[in-house]
Amino acid sequence: MAATLRRFFDSDLWWSFTRSPITMLSAVVALICILGALFAPWLAPHNPFDLASLNLLDAFKPPSWTEEGERAYLLGTDDQGRDVLSAIMYGARVSLLVGLSATLFATTLGVTLGLLAGYLGGKLDALLMRICDVQLTFPSILVALLIDGVVRAALPREVHDQIALFVVIFAIGISEWPKFARTVRGSTMVERNKEYVQAARVIGVAPPRIMLSHVLPNVMGPVLVIATLNLGLAILSEATLSFLGVGVPATQPSLGTLIRIGNDFLFSGEWWITIFPGVTLIAMVLSVNLLGDWLRDALNPKLR
Amino acid sequence: MFAFIISRILQALPVMLTVALISFAMFAYVGDPVAIMLGQDFTEAQRQALVKDLGLDQPFWVQFGTFLGNAVQGEFGLSYRLSRPVADLIAERAPATLELAFTAAILALLIGVPLGVYTGLYRNSWLSRFFLTFSLVGVSLPTFLIGILLILVFAVWLGVLPSFGRGDTVKLGWWSTGFLTWTGIKALILPSITLGLFQLTLIMRLVRAEMLEVLRADYIKFARARGLPNRAVHFGHALKNTLVPVITIVGLQLGAIIAFAIVTETVFQWPGMGLLFIQSVNQADIPVMAAYLLLISALFVTINLIVDLLYYAVDPRLRIGRGQGAH
Repeated sequence: MAATLRRFFDSDLWWSFTRSPITMLSAVVALICILGALFAPWLAPHNPFDLASLNLLDAFKPPSWTEEGERAYLLGTDDQGRDVLSAIMYGARVSLLVGLSATLFATTLGVTLGLLAGYLGGKLDALLMRICDVQLTFPSILVALLIDGVVRAALPREVHDQIALFVVIFAIGISEWPKFARTVRGSTMVERNKEYVQAARVIGVAPPRIMLSHVLPNVMGPVLVIATLNLGLAILSEATLSFLGVGVPATQPSLGTLIRIGNDFLFSGEWWITIFPGVTLIAMVLSVNLLGDWLRDALNPKLR
Repeated sequence: MFAFIISRILQALPVMLTVALISFAMFAYVGDPVAIMLGQDFTEAQRQALVKDLGLDQPFWVQFGTFLGNAVQGEFGLSYRLSRPVADLIAERAPATLELAFTAAILALLIGVPLGVYTGLYRNSWLSRFFLTFSLVGVSLPTFLIGILLILVFAVWLGVLPSFGRGDTVKLGWWSTGFLTWTGIKALILPSITLGLFQLTLIMRLVRAEMLEVLRADYIKFARARGLPNRAVHFGHALKNTLVPVITIVGLQLGAIIAFAIVTETVFQWPGMGLLFIQSVNQADIPVMAAYLLLISALFVTINLIVDLLYYAVDPRLRIGRGQGAH
């Protein structure tokens, strides 16, 4: 354990990390977001889903540092008397969950299909890459919106409400797999002709095993970078879908849902209901993107 | 050239057919139009008659053929939600979306290209640094938040610009335009900034990167050695050579503008096709969704085709490569 730690602190990755103040700052911000979301049930000052603790008399309280604010509600309350800070922490949970799951789904699907296309080639390769080409001509948010819309129309409302979260994950995941598939296919085609793969083939290792234990570990580097950058995008896609009212169900509000709800009160002057979730979303996405940028540059030996 | 166009169109056909198949499958398998049209009381004979009348007893492929034939003529049936022909609904909403998208694209180009040139030429000035930081924010902010922030500042706090709708419009034939009235132009400002900001930052970064690349090239050094004025070198030699990638990206981004118009239209309650689409998704109004899907795909395929052709026209290397038949 100690040896692994020492190796990590001696590595180039750690060195370049300590060299970039912006990266360290974004790591801290991302960590705060993740921890706040993860431990929301224990850290949040109130439980926004406990209807018994809500009091309509507490509705529309401004943030605590303004004149009419109350100390109990640091970032104010919304139209139902819910604490905005707590709602944000629970909302970030949903946003992160959907973003991570969608990225994981897109990565798994993209890597599997890319590996198959690159290693086996032929008609399968042509077909898969054609699908990628077509899908990449459409912006991913549009693809996600269409899948979500079609599923919504196809299922009865009760059924849809129960699986809405999975539908959103599926829709965002599907809209982003081609990036992974293309990258993996490209590097697989290079690896396929290298000697260690030929050697494995000569001694009679089965193709699925060659793909999984020989080729896969050697094509995963770029995938990690794309996945990190994709995480920010997936969180944004989810927020956009939820803002449009077609994302996660209202019983599990994400940051996008909170922004949509707060948007209705913008004109009556209750800006904090929508601005604070918005700022949280920006902080989360920006820090993840900056980390992804850093990872891309740090893993690229050409830039050193 | 002709063969190039034909091959591109042949490649686009399967895409359109697939999208049409998806749209048709939505019609065929989602919801029951017969039940919707008959209402509560009906006899089996009435049902049979209607099924026959609508052609629902035909095989799947025959129905698909009929659907395609109708779609090509712009016939998509009635909206479930509004009980009006889908074609009329879309024709009514299209001018709003197109005017918004057009303004946003022009805004992005007219501001993005000069900013890109400036930051490329004077890359160490504090103004360039400011623009670059600003562009980073523009890339990270989601469209709907930009809209909300603009509304908060300019409509709620300052109260100088309207926050929803198109203002007064003028009818020119079937086209309704907001360009000709003062309220129409004022209503256009915030939505078009919201929609264009991301594209603006993208174009600026792209032009900057290309300028930096080109300014290092030998022919720029040679042009300077010949004693050409800065103006001629910067605009005649450098900027001209950055335009190929800019055209491609701008063309492809036109599609993104149309897609994100859905978000912008929702924020500003802009009565365009995107708002119509979102309302239809919420109410499972399949005819409208299917029509929008087909229309958007046709638009994307056309844009891609035009970009390919422009590329072909702008970059002579492509033509030579094909002429020799090397690949």
